[in-house]
Amino acid sequence: MYDAIKFTYNVSGDDFTRAGEASSDVKGKLKKMNVPPDAVRKVAISMYEGEINMVIHADGGQITVEITKDCITMILADKGPGIKDIDQAMQAGFSTAPDNIRTLGFGAGMGLPNMKKYSDDMKIETELGVGTTVTMKVFI
Amino acid sequence: MTIREIAKILDAEIICCEENADLDVHTACGSDMMSDVLAYVKNQSVLLTGLCNPQVIRTAEMMDIICIVFVRGKRPDEAMIELAVERGIPLLSTGHRMFNTCGLLYDNGLRGGGDF
Repeated sequence: MYDAIKFTYNVSGDDFTRAGEASSDVKGKLKKMNVPPDAVRKVAISMYEGEINMVIHADGGQITVEITKDCITMILADKGPGIKDIDQAMQAGFSTAPDNIRTLGFGAGMGLPNMKKYSDDMKIETELGVGTTVTMKVFI
Repeated sequence: MTIREIAKILDAEIICCEENADLDVHTACGSDMMSDVLAYVKNQSVLLTGLCNPQVIRTAEMMDIICIVFVRGKRPDEAMIELAVERGIPLLSTGHRMFNTCGLLYDNGLRGGGDF
């Protein structure tokens, strides 16, 4: 077993093709730590959607992942435009992503709903013009 | 159904990771929207898609998808192949369109998976 471990990633906002590198790295690390596969997949999917969101909407940001023996916490912080209406943003199918993102396979309005679906606990703190911090937990 | 059998049914080329082509595929999922793919987890699944960019490989990685089939003759570039090779995910390319690709596999007994 392991004590609390913390990783921090800077997510670049200017290269969509590289979005997901941080999530991929975390997935690899969790597998090596023998975290149960279901928990690994929940973390990978919810963090990946969050990472994609950061690149699409906020010109990147920072992700901190804390791992303890019974919980994985992901903190995704950006200095983007903030979310105007969280309830609306949480609705499946609602999207403010530009059209060119849809041609890349995202922007279907499933990002936040998927993050909520795969994490065991999700909290969004946002302020217009200041940024957004999403904290997600997956219990092991 | 194995990945090799899928390649045969779809008259598809196995572009990389042929060493994993004898893995068993249990379910399939066809979509060009990666967020839709991410919404439903299936076990030992093959992804059929007309989208061709690195996020397809990453989506497959996050979902533990074991094989990707590019439809309509789409071919992954070198960077995508490299990503897939690192993760051991076989990439296939078929000339069939999405509807026929799904139909051929369904006809041969492959089904979509259940909800998460």
